[in-house]
This record gives sequence, C-alpha cells and structure tokens, in this order.
Amino acid sequence: MLRHSGFSPFAGLLASPVPSADRHRKGMRDGRPGRGRRDMSMEEAMSDGTQTALFDLTLTDEQQLTRETMQRFAASEIAPLARRVDESGAVPDAFLDGSAGLGVASVVLPEEYGGAGLERSPVSNVLIAEDLARGDMGLALAALAPLGVANLLLDQGSASQKDDWLPRFAEESFHAATVALAEPRPGFDAGSLATRARRDGAGFVLEGTKSLVPLARRAELTVVIADLEGEGPRGFLVPAGSEGVSVEAERYMGLRGLEPGRVVLDGCRLPASALLGEGEPFDYARLLDLCRLGLSAAAVGTCQAVLEYTRDYANERKAFGEPISHKQAVAFMIADIAIELDGMRLLTWRAASRAEQGLDFHREAFLAWVQCTRKAMEIGTNGVQLLGGHGFTQEHPVELWYRNLRGAAMLEGCFCV
Amino acid sequence: MINLDLPEKLQNVQSTMRQVSEALFRPISRKYDRAEHEYPKELDMMRDAAGDSGVMGGGSSNPSEGVRNGSNMSSVVAMTELCWGDTGLTLTIPGRGLGNAAIAAVATPEQKQRFGDKWAAMAITEPGAGSDSAAIQTTAKLDGDEWVLNGEKIFVTAGDRCEAVVVWATVDRSAGKAGIKSFVVEKGTPGMEMVRLEKKLGIRASDTAAISFTDCRIPKDNILGSSEVSKSGFGGVMQTFDNTRPVVAAMAVGVARAALERTRELLRDEGVSADYSRAPNASSALEAELYRMEADWEAARLLTLQAAWMADNGKANSLQASISKAKAGRMGNAIALRCVELCAGVGYGEQELLEKWARDSKILDIFEGTQQIQQLIVARQVLGKSSRELR
Repeated sequence: MLRHSGFSPFAGLLASPVPSADRHRKGMRDGRPGRGRRDMSMEEAMSDGTQTALFDLTLTDEQQLTRETMQRFAASEIAPLARRVDESGAVPDAFLDGSAGLGVASVVLPEEYGGAGLERSPVSNVLIAEDLARGDMGLALAALAPLGVANLLLDQGSASQKDDWLPRFAEESFHAATVALAEPRPGFDAGSLATRARRDGAGFVLEGTKSLVPLARRAELTVVIADLEGEGPRGFLVPAGSEGVSVEAERYMGLRGLEPGRVVLDGCRLPASALLGEGEPFDYARLLDLCRLGLSAAAVGTCQAVLEYTRDYANERKAFGEPISHKQAVAFMIADIAIELDGMRLLTWRAASRAEQGLDFHREAFLAWVQCTRKAMEIGTNGVQLLGGHGFTQEHPVELWYRNLRGAAMLEGCFCV
Repeated sequence: MINLDLPEKLQNVQSTMRQVSEALFRPISRKYDRAEHEYPKELDMMRDAAGDSGVMGGGSSNPSEGVRNGSNMSSVVAMTELCWGDTGLTLTIPGRGLGNAAIAAVATPEQKQRFGDKWAAMAITEPGAGSDSAAIQTTAKLDGDEWVLNGEKIFVTAGDRCEAVVVWATVDRSAGKAGIKSFVVEKGTPGMEMVRLEKKLGIRASDTAAISFTDCRIPKDNILGSSEVSKSGFGGVMQTFDNTRPVVAAMAVGVARAALERTRELLRDEGVSADYSRAPNASSALEAELYRMEADWEAARLLTLQAAWMADNGKANSLQASISKAKAGRMGNAIALRCVELCAGVGYGEQELLEKWARDSKILDIFEGTQQIQQLIVARQVLGKSSRELR
C-alpha cells in the first residue's frame, strides 16, 4: 500500500523533498569526536547518506575464505594457549610469529611496502577480529596490534613515516607496534587527555602516563596520543628506546594475552618528524571510531565463544534426569545471548561498512561500541551463571571470558580496523 | 557485499511513510486513543491507495536472482514509519490486515484474485488457546461443497471493520497440529457474528473483536493451502509468521523511535544533549541512558531488517524472525516506559504522547507470538531441541 508513486491523496504532503544528500561529508575531519553532528536530531543523524547499494548481508567469497582460516587459527593456535597465557602473563614469541604468518597485515599493505596490495577493508578487519577473538580476546588483539598501527599509518601517516615503518609489517616475523591512548584515571575520557605535548624548537616534548597499552614492552613503535598545547589531540611516533620513556608491565583483571603495560613519558623529546602525519590534519575521531569497531568486533567474537560453550554445556549437563537445556530457565538465558549477540554483530558490521564506503560512521561506531561493551558484560556474566559453580572455577573458560569481556570498554585505541 | 544501509528506493518509502504518518496520524492520535471504538474516518482516504506493495508482509522470492531488497523489506521500513505516527491507527488502515499477509503468503492465484482486494483480519486465538495455537477448538467439517465452521475466536485485530477473516480451524482434532487449516470467511456470511469489542490498555484506535461461528458455511475453495491432513500443512500456516514477525518487530522499532526522539527533544530543552562525543562512563547518567537506549533501538532495527532481507532473498529466516520480534518487542516496551520516566510528570501526562506510546508498545511484545514464545523458538533452534524436548 501507499506506494511512493501512485499515492494521490497525499500528493500535496509529499511534495517536499526527501532529506538525504551529502550530510555525511560534513564534520569528522576536525579532530574532535562528532562535532559535525553536534546539534543534529536523532532523525537527522540517522537519515544521512544517499545510498544506491542494496542492503546486503552476503560476505564476499574472499571474506568467507578468510573467515574459515581465522576461525581455524583461533581454534588450533589461540584457544589452547589462552589459559597458560592468562596464568603467566607472557605471550610466547612463537605464537606472535605464527600470527604474522597469517599475513593479516601484509595483505593490505601496498606493494611498494612489500605487501599484497589488497584494498584496506574495515569490514574484513572486523570479521578477522571477531573470528580470532573466538579463541581469546587478548591474544587476538595482540596479534592484530601491528595491523592496527599499519592501518593508522596508511590512514594518517606521512609518506616518509609509511616508508620508515610499513615494510616491517609485511615481513613473516612479528614486529610489535601499538597505540598508547588510555590513561590511568578513573572516569577516563578519550576526549580529554592528561598526557601533554608541547612544541620545543622544531620538535616536541611529551609528559604524561599511558596505561593499558597493548604489547607495551615489546613494541618497536608506540603511537602515543597526547594533547598538543593549544592544538588538541595528536599522534606521536615513539620508537622503542626513545629518551624519557619508561615502560613497565601491568597486571589487569584479564586480557593478559595483550601483555598490557604502562608507558611513562617524562620529558620525552621527539623530532619534528615524530608528529603523525607531519602537519596534515589529524583525525582523532576517526582513530577512536575505527578502534572502537575493532573492540566491538573482538567482543562479538568472544561472546560467540560463550554462546557455543554454554550451548554445548547445557546440552550435556544433566539435572533432574535430563539435560539442563530442557529447562526454560536455562534455555531462555542462552536464547538471550543469541539474540543480543546477533544485534551486536549487525551494529558492528553496519558501522564498518559505512567506514568502508567513505560515509560518516561516527554515530554508528559509537552506538556499536556502547552496545557491544555493555552486552558483552551481560553475556560474560551469564556465561559463568549458566555453568553454576563450575563456571566459577578455572576448569572452564567462562570465568576467563568474563574477565576479558569486562575489559572491552576500557581498551581505547587497541585495534584500528 | 556487506551493507546495512537502506538503498535510495527504501529511503524514499521511509520518507514518504514518515510524511503520511506525521500529517495524517499524529494529529488524530490522541483523539482515537480516547474514542476507543469509533472508526477513524480520516483513514478512508487511504483505502484507495491500498496497492500490492503491502505494508503487511509479502511472499518470498527466488533466491537465484541476486540480492533483493523487496516487499518484506519495504514492509518493515513502512511499518516503522507508520507506527512512529500511531500504532493503533496503523492497524486500522483499511485493506491491510494480517489476514492479507496470510493470503499473500499461501493463497493460490485464483484465491488471490477473489480475496486479494478484501481487508482481511486474522483469527487464531480462542478463549482457551493463545500461544498454543495447535490446541484450537474451532472446527471445520466438509459437507458437500462447503466447509461448516463452529467455534469462537477472540483478539481479532480489525475484526469488526474488516471485510473477511482468515480463520484457523481444525479439520481433524485427533490429528493435532496436522489437522489445522486456515479458511477465508467473508463478512456477512450467515453464522458468523461479531460478539464484542475489547477495551484495551493501548492501540485503542484498533478494533479488537471476538467473533463466533455457528454452523457457518463457506465454499470448499475458501481453504488456504491443501486440505490434506499432514504435518507440513501446519508448517505452511506457521510460515506466515516468518514474514509477519519482522513486521510486528518493525512496529516496535517505530514506537520506540517516536518515544526516543521526543524524549531527546524535551531533554534538549533542559540542556541535556547526547551528541556521541563522550563515552558513557564520562557522560551524565541521563546522556548515558540515551546512548544505551539508542544503541539498543538500533540493534533491534537492524535485526528486523535482517529478518526481512532474508525473507526477500528466499533464505529460511524463522530463527531471525523470532530474534527480531523478541528483541524489538521488549526493546520497544522498555524504551517507551523508560522515556516516560525520564520526562517525569510531563512524560506521564496526556499533554504528551509518551504515556500513550508506553501503553501502545506493550501489545507489540505480545501479539504475533509473545516474548516468551519467541524465546522458546530461538532457544530450540540454538540448542537443537525439538518442541517435545524443550517445552
């Protein structure tokens, strides 16, 4: 009914033009999150972007193949390692080298840097993060950290910065690189950083403390996000061993596969060439948004593991003479996990696909992140609950997932998709 | 290729419906909430516009044609916008009842010819059988060239104003589900009587009727689908839900959006703005709440589109249809209720529509399968359990 064309009774009403046009081209390049949409209503924020492509949930053949490879790697290389790394807090070198062998970073690098020159695809990257995180969220994000930095350099690095750093990510051995964004303050907000940078002659001096930095002690390159006096947040390329930088290991509730660490910048002096983009405008919002998508995707992957594990457990575990999955009180909790997980996944995919198409994706990435971090916690806690007392022991992985999933909301700047 | 934005064609459906909703529904929304059983004559003008790109579901299509964004998707997009305006009025748009969806889904070409233009309601529920539709007692017996119907149906949406009713009845009670068939009964058929109209919590603009059948005789050809008693027969009837559940989910998405938008407007006037710039842990509690509701709303919206997209592309979607209905049903109600609270006395008062949306949204977590039924369906599919194992 009410077809757009032959709907005469409302001809007058329908005369006004359809809102759409190129609203998405506004904003987002000014280095502050979301300023382009600040005073928009929800309706306006939703309806932007002329779109000719059809709504479609079909993966490309290539994405399908990659998914299978990543899921195999997660099952055979990541999951079996998760408990040991959680206990020791140390990731075996062989694992990281093995992950470099997967080639997730090298395929997207242009041929001039030794890569395969495949187009960088946020959608493919969220799929990779999701699939690897089925094995372990910390290890998955550690393995992907160099790709995240490579993506950031491809996006916002200068030509010489790309020349300097990208070729090593195309190698078969693992070269750790990371982004230092979070700070050890309660109520930390990525929008107001306490780490400061000031201009000093031609170079810069950085002061402050970064925490929860993935692979902090291994990183050959750390991109430190600091507030440049009077200019707002900027990225600084800090090579390992730079003057005025000390790095120490940190221990957290979970995510030990990430080898998180604290980076203390005390009079850290950097040359002019350390400024990410070397004077080109820095799009901080884009970095945050792409990283939040990486995290959202990782949360989706770990929640998928929770779903599958609790499903199998509930089908095997017997009480009162039958599998506990025959009880609605149990079955409905598992149904809820499936329902929420599906929604988390679609939100993440939508934002990634908008990013890939060059559309504004700030609102979408923000909402995906809000939903994924919140629902991941619910799913994490229900994963333990479904196994009862057994879930509370380290005999089962659900307690580990519970701890890891709590971390999703704190990990800013972890994997730029 | 992954893309979860609407193509221009559907964006046009969206904005057209929004304008209809805003210009036609909103101004009379409160009026027919108060005048519960009065027919909204303003909707007569929509009757002639009833075409074949129905608001209420569509058929499925051939999967070999490449990706399609077809009638199921346009239905959910249209429904969302119409229910942004008014759910009760949407349910009483002449010509587009739930029965029409059943006819579109399973009727023969000849039946579509006969009944396609009629406003058809759907009569499933009985005083003693709601979600357990296999337990219905209404009987249909073949007598020569006619079926003879006996029984009582309740909660028939548009049951008074419609021109035909699709009635579920059993042709063989001993066969259980397998004996259940659906029949088209035209209004005015002797033996069919509208018994009463319900007084309801919400969607008061919609007429919800109880209808009785006493030796009601209809032509033999009025049965939808095969008259053979077989298990697959009931499956065929149930398949209608795969198309209609996403549509009801879309209704919840529409109501919730109305409530969220209005709440944001009202709060903006009080200096609360949610501009996606600060993380929830660094925002005020109100802003964080707005973000969480919007994210939850967006999840439900995308799940609804997913289910409709699958139907349009010939993919089995009963799991995703139930997921969308379960998520959107509870999201819609939770958001509408929460918005009333956030707006305090203004939200609770009748000078705003927020309290009405909180009442209207409740039914969307009930009809076309309650929250609990959807959970049961999802749980059975995820756990690989039969209806006998997980009851």
